[in-house]
Amino acid sequence: MKKNTTNLAFYVPYGLWLGLFVIAPVLLIIYQSFFDIAGHFTLGNYATYFESGTYILMTLNSVVYAFIITALTLLISYPAAYLLHYTKHKQLWLLLIILPTWINLLLKAYAFIGIFSQDGGINSFLGMMGIGPKQFLFTDFSFIFVASYIEIPFMILPIFNAIEELNEGFVNASRDLGAKSWQTFTKVILPLTMSGVKAGVQAVFIPSLSLFMLTRLIGGNRVITLGTAIEEHFLVTMNWGMGSTIGVVLILAMFLIMFLTGERKRKGGRAS
Amino acid sequence: MKKLISMIIAILAVVTGLGLWSTHLQKSQGATGDNTLNFANWGDYIDPALIKKFEQQSGYHVNQETFDSNEAMYTKIEQGGTAYDLTVPSEYMVEKMIKSKMLIPLDKSKLTGLNHFGSLYMNRSFDPGNKYSIPYFWGTLGIIYNDEYVKASEIQHWDDLWNPKWRGDIMLIDSARDILGFSLVSMGKSMNTTNPTTLQLAKAKLDQLSPNVKAVVADEIKMYMAEGEAPLAVDWSGEAADMMANNSHLHYVVPSEGSNLWFDNLVIPKTAKHFKAIYVFLNFMNDPKNAAQNAEYVGYSTPNDAALHRLPKAVQNDKQFYPDQSVIEKSEVYEDLAPKIVGMYNDLFLEFKMFRK
Repeated sequence: MKKNTTNLAFYVPYGLWLGLFVIAPVLLIIYQSFFDIAGHFTLGNYATYFESGTYILMTLNSVVYAFIITALTLLISYPAAYLLHYTKHKQLWLLLIILPTWINLLLKAYAFIGIFSQDGGINSFLGMMGIGPKQFLFTDFSFIFVASYIEIPFMILPIFNAIEELNEGFVNASRDLGAKSWQTFTKVILPLTMSGVKAGVQAVFIPSLSLFMLTRLIGGNRVITLGTAIEEHFLVTMNWGMGSTIGVVLILAMFLIMFLTGERKRKGGRAS
Repeated sequence: MKKLISMIIAILAVVTGLGLWSTHLQKSQGATGDNTLNFANWGDYIDPALIKKFEQQSGYHVNQETFDSNEAMYTKIEQGGTAYDLTVPSEYMVEKMIKSKMLIPLDKSKLTGLNHFGSLYMNRSFDPGNKYSIPYFWGTLGIIYNDEYVKASEIQHWDDLWNPKWRGDIMLIDSARDILGFSLVSMGKSMNTTNPTTLQLAKAKLDQLSPNVKAVVADEIKMYMAEGEAPLAVDWSGEAADMMANNSHLHYVVPSEGSNLWFDNLVIPKTAKHFKAIYVFLNFMNDPKNAAQNAEYVGYSTPNDAALHRLPKAVQNDKQFYPDQSVIEKSEVYEDLAPKIVGMYNDLFLEFKMFRK
């Protein structure tokens, strides 16, 4: 009996945290989304969202950009994590990958402005090669490049951990049984590290949907995502209802992604 | 586990140390609560030397906090939890704050130096009779060009921006009312238009400008223009002054067909407590000598005529920042529009930003 109460006590901080900082804010956002700018209860915000082409187009834009960013980071991160697993000073390399995340996002964005600008590093290099200056800043390319750069550590880490947990015995066994390297990879390694890939996709795709600082600094507002609209509604129009509505849509999108990439409980034992 | 505990202790020790040090610093600067002045201001919008001078002369300690948008400042005061004695909203925000009863009227009997202000800058529509506000700085919206790429004769009017020659050359300030505003002016309409059809037309005209637009950015525009990233920009006069200080090739034009006339104003929000300090500070800032020093530091246009006469002749006669009276008279001050209309401006601006050639 006594043991039960102490166990319960351990859950109190966790429960409070969850209630105050996760559930309450989400409920507040949902509540707020039902009020118009004059403070009257309405469903109009949702009607506006789904009826005006602007928001639908914006959502589409955000999803497309987030998809490209996620695909690109995955393409770079999987081989990187895989190679990392077989390098000698693993921990050192891992640290070097994590290191950039300790630097403030804004600083990194400003550094890229310096690199991409008309008289920045890349353009002076191109000038030396005899190619005239090109426009890099404020293009889709620069936005996707910088966003991918920033998200890469969040993709590498979970994949790396999954590969680390992979039992080397399976790989050896598949080779012994005559599988080619490619077969070993697609039939053994990839399925067993899928959990890391899924976690990485979640960690990258969802924040990418609502990037807003980069859209302005690097994208020059030539790239518009849902995050931009939320910022505008909260800070400029003070239409918190509409801003919250977009927030709710993002939360729903998050659940959708979690559902699609989540671990499904499968019956039957998995060898461990 | 031991490592973890020692780490936690180390962090706590650092935090306590820093906390004690900062209270010590505040005390040594003489901040003890009653003799302070809590001043919410835009970043880098007052000469720090003036604050020092004021503190030495009056014995009050100035606690300055900065904000970066009118709306952010409004929200902070509205939600409580701040104790600002003075703040510096723009004209439409003054109107909005008066409407929502967030300002305390000025006690004119305690104010000196109001006679120094030019009549063009007083008694404007946003605060008739200056019951609540004293103008701090004023300015216009205009076009900045780099004379290495653009001839002065090529850019004199808003319509010149639409010239196909400037493909991908123009930077715009990220502000719905200003950008839709110059489109409206170029069509001969008012910048305070509330007619949805007219606004749609102004937005449609902006869409035509889209191929010429390089980026829609905020403060960074200053850095970009100074570095020669783009040959043209639309921005406020004060920002233009900053850019020009860093790049001598830049010039500023206020199109003669009119523009926006903006004012930043000193007001007393309802959260104010230290009224003695407030009036000492206001009178100090109205003093032409101090106002002139401040104008020289900030580089914006001062509404204090007596202060203006103390500035160098080159500044006084600078048509870029002190345009002809006829231009000022043609220019409009923003009115505080109904939230629904503001929403319309912003939605149209968002659509313009999403418009791809």
